[in-house]
Amino acid sequence: MTTADPLTGAPAPSVGAVRRRRSLPARLASRLGGGVTRFFLVAVGLFWLMPTVGLLLSSLRDRSDIAASGWWKVFSHPGQLTTSSYDTLFHNDKVMHSLLTTTFITVPATVLVILVGAFAGYAFAWLDFPGRDWWFMAVVALLVVPVQVALIPVAKLFNTLGIFETTVGVVLFHTAFGLPFAIFLLRNFFAEIPRELLEAARLDGAGEFRLFFRVVLPLGGPAIASLGIFQFLWVWNDMLVGLIFADSGNPPITVALQQQVRQFGDNVDILASGAFLSMIVPLAVFFAFQRQFVSGVMAGAVK
Amino acid sequence: MSSVTTGVPPGPGTVPPARKPRGRRTVLGTRPWVAAVFLLPALALLGALVVYPIGWSVHRSLFDASGDGFVGLDNYHEVFSDDRIRTALKNNVIWVVVAPSIATVLGLIFAVLTERVRWGTAFKMIVFMPMAISMLAAGIIFRLVYEQDPDRGVANAVWVGIHDTFSDPAPYPGARPRPNGDLAAASDGSFTSKTVLRQGSPAAVPLVAVKPEDAKGARDAAPARPESGKVTGTVWLDFVRGGGGTAGRIDQGEKALSGITVQAVKDGRTVASATTAADGTFTLPAKADGARLRLPAGNFAERYRGAEWLGPTLVTPSIIGAYIWMWAGFAMVLIAAGLAGVPRELLEAARVDGANEWQVFRRVTVPLLAPVLGVVVITLVINVLKIFDLVYIIAPGSSLPDANVLALQLYQSSFGTAVNQGLGSAIAVLLLLLVLPVVIVNIRRMRKERRR
Repeated sequence: MTTADPLTGAPAPSVGAVRRRRSLPARLASRLGGGVTRFFLVAVGLFWLMPTVGLLLSSLRDRSDIAASGWWKVFSHPGQLTTSSYDTLFHNDKVMHSLLTTTFITVPATVLVILVGAFAGYAFAWLDFPGRDWWFMAVVALLVVPVQVALIPVAKLFNTLGIFETTVGVVLFHTAFGLPFAIFLLRNFFAEIPRELLEAARLDGAGEFRLFFRVVLPLGGPAIASLGIFQFLWVWNDMLVGLIFADSGNPPITVALQQQVRQFGDNVDILASGAFLSMIVPLAVFFAFQRQFVSGVMAGAVK
Repeated sequence: MSSVTTGVPPGPGTVPPARKPRGRRTVLGTRPWVAAVFLLPALALLGALVVYPIGWSVHRSLFDASGDGFVGLDNYHEVFSDDRIRTALKNNVIWVVVAPSIATVLGLIFAVLTERVRWGTAFKMIVFMPMAISMLAAGIIFRLVYEQDPDRGVANAVWVGIHDTFSDPAPYPGARPRPNGDLAAASDGSFTSKTVLRQGSPAAVPLVAVKPEDAKGARDAAPARPESGKVTGTVWLDFVRGGGGTAGRIDQGEKALSGITVQAVKDGRTVASATTAADGTFTLPAKADGARLRLPAGNFAERYRGAEWLGPTLVTPSIIGAYIWMWAGFAMVLIAAGLAGVPRELLEAARVDGANEWQVFRRVTVPLLAPVLGVVVITLVINVLKIFDLVYIIAPGSSLPDANVLALQLYQSSFGTAVNQGLGSAIAVLLLLLVLPVVIVNIRRMRKERRR
């Protein structure tokens, strides 16, 4: 690490020109400060991990054990560890099917947002039409519209169209509300494509769509990855939209588990194992694509 | 290992700035209809599912529950007068004030401290991870954390542990003197004798309802010996396993109760006190003569069961705690990226000028980070205004009304059993109005960046 710490001021080797001689007490204080900092960070890290570990260990005990004592008892009674909650979960058709439903919602909603968003982002970046910047600003303004505003009217609209409580409706809703961010992100990224590249492709005789699919879309890779990860997690983790627009007999995993929460004590085995199962996909995505996720989060800070 | 922060564009600016136009960006030879084709799907979806609903909600909010009667602003009036919705408003204010500020401060602390630690990346990953999971999963996680029973919920296990470290737990929770005996209960949970203590005549203090585990391993009770110049007595469990024995008398096999505090009280003032020995006897000095015997409530207090995290008073702070667990990592990562863009020379220059580390942090680092901190706080405020899932999952049915927030009220008004979509729409419009200032700030910022 070559940077100077803003709090305790370990001298930065890179700025050696201004290195000062420091008194013994100052050096001692810095040492001690470093130790305290480390201790503090370790404590906070464990503290932050504890709730998740608690869920994992709870899901690995059977219901009577969960009702009788806390998850930390497995450290003294490792024999309590069992996969019985997962057996119950895997035999619960509704919850297992809800994982499929979640996938059938998440994948199309992610692909559609990328496709439709890239179309519009390209148009805003490279095509000429009257009032382009104003249109773009209007789209960006929609970034912060709360989904709550649309719940009642879109429910009515979907009812009229016959897609209320269907997966199609949920997908369309998620796509629409993912679009402002998608367009914002992709337009800014596409605008960076060197003009010469597009002109060269055009001189080679590429048509509008060929240009888009063969040149623009591949060049947008990094931004599309960020957007895709972000939208994927957003939709996978959603509960509210699913609660209202999904078929309550065939809901996504979040809604299926939510239906069991009111009898928390009775369903604690399914809830703990189900919650952990529902976390596996987002966590895998998170660890595999951290960089893209972080840049997506940063770009979409104001969502 | 890839770091949480490496994918981050440098500099404190978190939103990629709109680039300044380099002349006409248009690719040569585009025909006008092409733009329309590319824009159509997006504009259709946005128009039908985002823009149209805004207008519809504004319109609908002016009508009554049935949707036929025009009521003007009555629904908005109800938002501010209905008790349930006022609770929601009040809670939303608490959320907006507390959650973003704590998350941002924690994020700032973590970002600054991890900068110099080699395994800072691992720490950041742990703190940032909860952002990837659903609020439903986080809600279930914290339902487990906040279980009332300290034997099950980790929050109360820790809390009770701390509590018991600083105050001795009662030796015999739930125990009391034999009813109809000499000792009468007072309203504060203590017991005072009707007769007075006398030197040379040992007092007998029979107790019952001692929990078996509390008296386990106790010695047999011994009758106290009369001593001149002292007041003595015995406290014991007046109960023989299997029955038998005489009430109020120390029978064979009855257990001594050690560690009980006894006080001698004259005219409401405690003149002497003692603790019972292993054989249940106690000895008070001569001045206790003529005083009444009192057993303070501290002997019998029920075991401390911890805080009611999800009870009516604590439920909102508890859910905010869960939210901070999820979102402090967001603040941390954004601030860490901003920190990486702070020029080291500025910090070093301040140090050379004699500033101490706190001054450097307070006067140089924080002001340079101000734009990032602003973005973080605004994002969290918007996010918190719409909070729904966490409240809906964590609050048990009994304290749901106390944990109410606008988004939850909107859901219940619009889709519950007592539906009033006029009222629901009014809440929706209110939520929109609350985030509107952010839209304006955003557009301003974009236009400024464009002009640069």
